[in-house]
This record gives sequence, C-alpha cells and structure tokens, in this order.
Amino acid sequence: MSLLSLGAAVLAAQPAPKAVPAAAYTETIPGSKVSFDMVAVPGGTFTMGSPASEAGRDADEGPQVEVTLKPFWIGKTEVTWDEFDQFAFVGNTGARTGDGGAGDSDAVSKPSRAYGDEAKGYGKGKMPALAMTQHAAMEYCRWLSQVTGKAYRLPTEAEWEYAARAGDTTARPATLEEQAWHAGNAKETPHIVGTKKPNAFGLYDMLGNVAEWTFDLYAENRYAQWAPKATQPVALPTDKRYPHPTRGGSFIEAADKLRFANRQASHEDWSQRDPQVPQSIYWHTDADHVGFRVARALDEQANLKGFKSKVIKESADR
Amino acid sequence: MSEQSGSTRRDFLKTTTAAAVGSGLAGWSVIPGAHAQGSDEIRIGLIGAGGRGSGAVADVFKGHETGVRLVAVGDMFSDRTEQAVKRLSEQYGARAAVKPEHVFTGFDAYQKVLAVPDVNYVILATPPGFRPTHLEAAIGAGKNTFTEKPLAVDGPGIRKVMALAKEADAKGISIVGGTQRRHQHGYIETMKRVHGGAIGDVVGMRAYWNQGFLWKRDRQPAWSDMEWQLRNWLYFTWLSGDHIVEQHIHNIDVINWVKKGPPVKATGMGGRQVRTDKAYGHIFDHFAIDYEYPDGSHSLSMCRQIDNCANSVSEAIVGTKGSAQLDKYEITGSAAWKGEKDPISPYVQEHIDLIRIIRAGQKINELQTVAESTLTAIMGRMSAYSGKAVTWDEALNSAEAIVPASLQLGPIPTPPVPMPGQGTI
Repeated sequence: MSLLSLGAAVLAAQPAPKAVPAAAYTETIPGSKVSFDMVAVPGGTFTMGSPASEAGRDADEGPQVEVTLKPFWIGKTEVTWDEFDQFAFVGNTGARTGDGGAGDSDAVSKPSRAYGDEAKGYGKGKMPALAMTQHAAMEYCRWLSQVTGKAYRLPTEAEWEYAARAGDTTARPATLEEQAWHAGNAKETPHIVGTKKPNAFGLYDMLGNVAEWTFDLYAENRYAQWAPKATQPVALPTDKRYPHPTRGGSFIEAADKLRFANRQASHEDWSQRDPQVPQSIYWHTDADHVGFRVARALDEQANLKGFKSKVIKESADR
Repeated sequence: MSEQSGSTRRDFLKTTTAAAVGSGLAGWSVIPGAHAQGSDEIRIGLIGAGGRGSGAVADVFKGHETGVRLVAVGDMFSDRTEQAVKRLSEQYGARAAVKPEHVFTGFDAYQKVLAVPDVNYVILATPPGFRPTHLEAAIGAGKNTFTEKPLAVDGPGIRKVMALAKEADAKGISIVGGTQRRHQHGYIETMKRVHGGAIGDVVGMRAYWNQGFLWKRDRQPAWSDMEWQLRNWLYFTWLSGDHIVEQHIHNIDVINWVKKGPPVKATGMGGRQVRTDKAYGHIFDHFAIDYEYPDGSHSLSMCRQIDNCANSVSEAIVGTKGSAQLDKYEITGSAAWKGEKDPISPYVQEHIDLIRIIRAGQKINELQTVAESTLTAIMGRMSAYSGKAVTWDEALNSAEAIVPASLQLGPIPTPPVPMPGQGTI
C-alpha cells in the first residue's frame, strides 16, 4: 500500500471533512525567487491530546478534547533559511494588499543581529530556519503577510496537532522512521526540509527535524480550560517571552519522544548563553532545535485577525 | 513535557549555585585568612553599564540568590546607567537597588565607582580600549575583579596588563576574565581529554568566528565625533581592537588553551571588502591568520562579519590519534567521546567560580592567560593590517599606542583604513 493510499484509508476512518478548502498553491515571496508550498487542510473534528494510557505521555497532554477546526492552509515544509533570510537579512520590505497586507500598515522591525552564527553551524539554504524566538517567528509571519497580501501566521496548537495527525489517532505514525529525522537517524543535525516522506495530508517533517512554534501561550492544563467541544480553540499569547508550546520534537529527541500529542514549552534557558541584558527577543542561543511552519486560514477567526506579537525588548522573561 | 524544558533545569540551577558545579579550575592557591574584606557579602561595582555589563550583573544574581548586591554603577553616558539600574532593579529588586548617589557618568566614572567604600567586587565591561586603565585602577584599589575580554587593544596596553597580573598576585586579588569557555563545563571536559592524550599530539588546528554584520547605532545630530565613536565602539580599533580582537579572541583563546600557551608568529591577511560605509568606522570585515606555535604546529584562524556568507563559530583540532571538535564537545578516534549539554550557563559559572574562590579565601588570577590570548589576536591584526609576518616579541614590544592619551568629548578623526603592504608593523 502506498503512503498516499494509506493516508486516504486513515482519513476515511475519520468524520468526513465539513468544508472543502481551496486548493494547494505555491507562494513566491515578492521581490525574490524564493517560493514555498501551501497545502490545503480540510476542516473537521478530531481528538486533541493523548489518552492516559499512551506510553511516555505527560500530564499536559490531557484531558483529551474534541476540537473542531475550519479549513486552512499550512506550509508543506518547515520555513527554510532561504525564506527567513528574506525577512531577517535581505531587507525585502515590499508591501502588498490583500487579506493580510491591508489594514496592517505598521512596519515590521527586522530582527536585531545575532551574536554568532544564527544558523548554529548547520548551514542555510533549504535547511529549516531555527533558533529564532516565537516572537521572531510571529514577526516573520507578519512581514510575510505584508509583502504577499495574504494573512499568514503560526498555526494554532490545535491546528498543528490536527495537521500532524492527518487522521491518525495513535501516538505516532506507523512509518515514523520514513517520516522523521530524530536522534537515532539525524546524526545530530537538522536536515534539508522535505527529504523524508510526507504524512497523509502531504506535510513533511511534522515530527522531527526541527520542533515547531505554535501561536498559543502554553499552560500545562490548557485543554481543561477549553470548552468540552471546542471550535477553533487558541490561547492568545501575551507580552511574556515564555512559555509557548513547540510541537513535533526534533532531531535531538529520541524516536520515542516523537508523538503527535507531545508538547514542549519554551523556557528562559533557551537563551541561557545570551550574555546581554536585555536578552535578544529574536534569537535563542540555546534552542537550535526549534523552527516553525506558516499557516493561513481560509476564513480567519475574529480573534486572530491582525494579531501582532506583544513581546517588546522590556518584556519579562516569564 | 520532555526534559528540554520546564522546572528540572531551573531547579538544578538553584540547587547547584550554593555548592557550585565543579569547574576543574587549575592554578589557584590558598591564601590563609584572605576573606572578602571581613564579610562574605559581594558588593558589586559595575563599570560599563551596556548590555554586557548589565548582563554580567544579572549573571551574578542568577548564580547567587543571596549575599550579592549591586551597589555602584558607572558609565560614560547617563542613558546607559539609567537603563541598567532600571532593568536590573525591576528584575532583581533589592539586590540591585543602587542609591542615586552611587551612579556615575563620564570618562572618570570608573574612579568614582572604585571610590565607593562598599564595593568589593568590580565588573569591568567598558570597551576594551579602556581596560588597561580600568584594571590598573581596580587593582590599585585592591578590588576583586571580573573583567570582560579582551584586556587591551595594543602592545603597550598588554604590557601594562601583564605587569598588573603580577601586582594582583602580590596583593592577593582574584581576577576572572571573560573568556567564558574556560568556565564552560563541556569545554573543560573536552580539554581534559585532549590534554590527557585522547587524540595524541595535536598537529593541526582551526578556529573560526564567521558571522554576519553586528549592530551599529545611527549617528545623532547632537553627538560629537567622540560620542559617535564610543557608542559605535565596535568599529574603531582603538576602542575594540577590531573584531578579531573583540570577538574572535574566544576561539583563539581555545586554541591557546589546547597548546597551553600562545603562538610565536602570525602571518595573516584581511580587508574591508563589503562593510565599507563610514558608519562602520575603519575596521576590517574579514581576517584569515596562520598562527605558528612553538612546537611548529599551525592554527588556521578565520573571522568574518559579512552578511549572507557561510558561517561558523567553532574550534577543531587534529591529533596523531584522532580529532576533536571542541565546540561540540566531541572527540573522534580510538578514544571517541561526546560530552553533554552544559548544566549551567558559562556566563553564570564564571561568577560562581570567582565568588566561591573569594569566599574560600583562595585566589585565582586569569590576567596573564587572557592577556596572552588578547595579544595573540592583536598579533594577528597587526599582521593583517601590515601585510607582514609578526612575531610574538614584535607584538608584545610594539610601541604603537592606539588609544588617545587624553580623552574628551569633541572632535576626533576616524583613522584611515589600514592598507596591507603600505605600512610597517
């Protein structure tokens, strides 16, 4: 059975999609030759979190909640340095209008300069951009929205898990080895995006390679705070630098840590070796395992429209 | 949550600060009865209140929940002192509640900080050009000192610091320098193995600090030349030593650590190819230096601050029985080994080590070692600027003093960009 037909079989076991998304598309960053692919994810209802019986489960993965999501697009791969550099270093600031660019005219600040190699020696190009803060990832999305005119943002934690599972209700893909770069096969380095096999939605590296920022503010008991049958749940981030959930694990975690439901909260130790006060709000000196992918709603929920990271230089660590 | 995050690491930090993680420091000895001036309380005088100076104070606080206070702050500019005191007192409360009368500005702020009787622990974090003068004053005042690297920007400054190293020894003053890799658990463990023969004789070395541009501050109409240069100190050799001295010293120091001493000669090249705007002063944007060590082995040393190029901040060595990637705490060959992630920030560990030693009535003095690494970098810069090979003795005995003899706000020219082959060393 091919991967794609396996995915279709898994999907068939789930409730039918409630809305049909627009088609996948390729976005070329204006003013550059850099492009990335967006995959259309159908809306639907899924069970978020893990059952108490799941091996290796942490308390913050429950209680399991039924979550309903509208259709959205999500990056086929993690954001690469080719893409992130357009924002952070090349100085591409062309503005467009559309579902994201219009009405959000304030300038996006370029990241402060990293003290050292922002790519941490792993190389750039098609390698996943990494070691940026959640604020920097949010600002990248805001910049991307301005230059493309489409409202890009980080996926919410619920969207991320829904996209990663792609209908799979177990702990991890049966074919994890074919899909994920983890400590056992990555040789201590992230890898060029999209070089393993995709999941049933056609998304690459949802587990492994780099862990991925999500939009939300982290809380251990987050799911208990949501309504029993939540629709489009999200915990809006505040001006605090930490903690935010990262998902999917990375090239530094053992394969048994790579579970759809596993959550890893950011922590001030991720900037342990930043010697400055205040520490950079754009770069983590000690989190070379984290990157992100972008998402875009077909019909954006009201509380996320025009949402901008509130982190500033003076923001408290916690 | 997995072990990367959460309270485990934080709790570890708390519980280890009292006992201090063993750092494998060598070379310090016991001086009976030499306690911290009759009290165990560390009362910090901060000289240089920018991001690194404030960060150093925060590092003391992160490593010590009690028994440490910030009591005086000095900087050239009042906006810097105000920001530092505000940020530190907001985050650390009473530990950083500096009295307004103990906040000083101007070129002589360091003298005023040192004159505050309470101060018994000085942090030197101004631009490196001022370091010899500030070290002289701190040691003259008998203060235990944490000094940032590099320790000087020219031969005359290095000679002064080396003399001060002896004076500090004679006085029993403890000094730790900001080459924090020497206090970094993983580096220490890797170096123990290298020095223990894990890769045989070290025959080849390389050290890089290649990255993109760093920050600059746009010139304001009200600024004099001197204020503009001070606020953009990275880009003026008399203030920073150029980036080979200011930044790449970290990697150069690791190689000197491997060889247990400095090289005898530098042959290098460099230039100012991309970062040519006058906003970036007159320094180079790239260097490549061949350092020759006394045993005839060579180290290739590169540093670059140019955007959109291949980057690396690393040190690697090759031996007769294997190799080591020092920055990754990794040894390959028959004695293959891989180190763990550091349990504690080396920036915090530096102060834990220094304060533990002071409180134990013992002594540490890193001035000579850091001066040697500083001069190694200066020697490389001299070779690249001149285009000539430069020996250790030539660098050490150089009469070229690049720091102005008298300092005041007002006009000061930007020196010309050095042209290899057109000058002497």
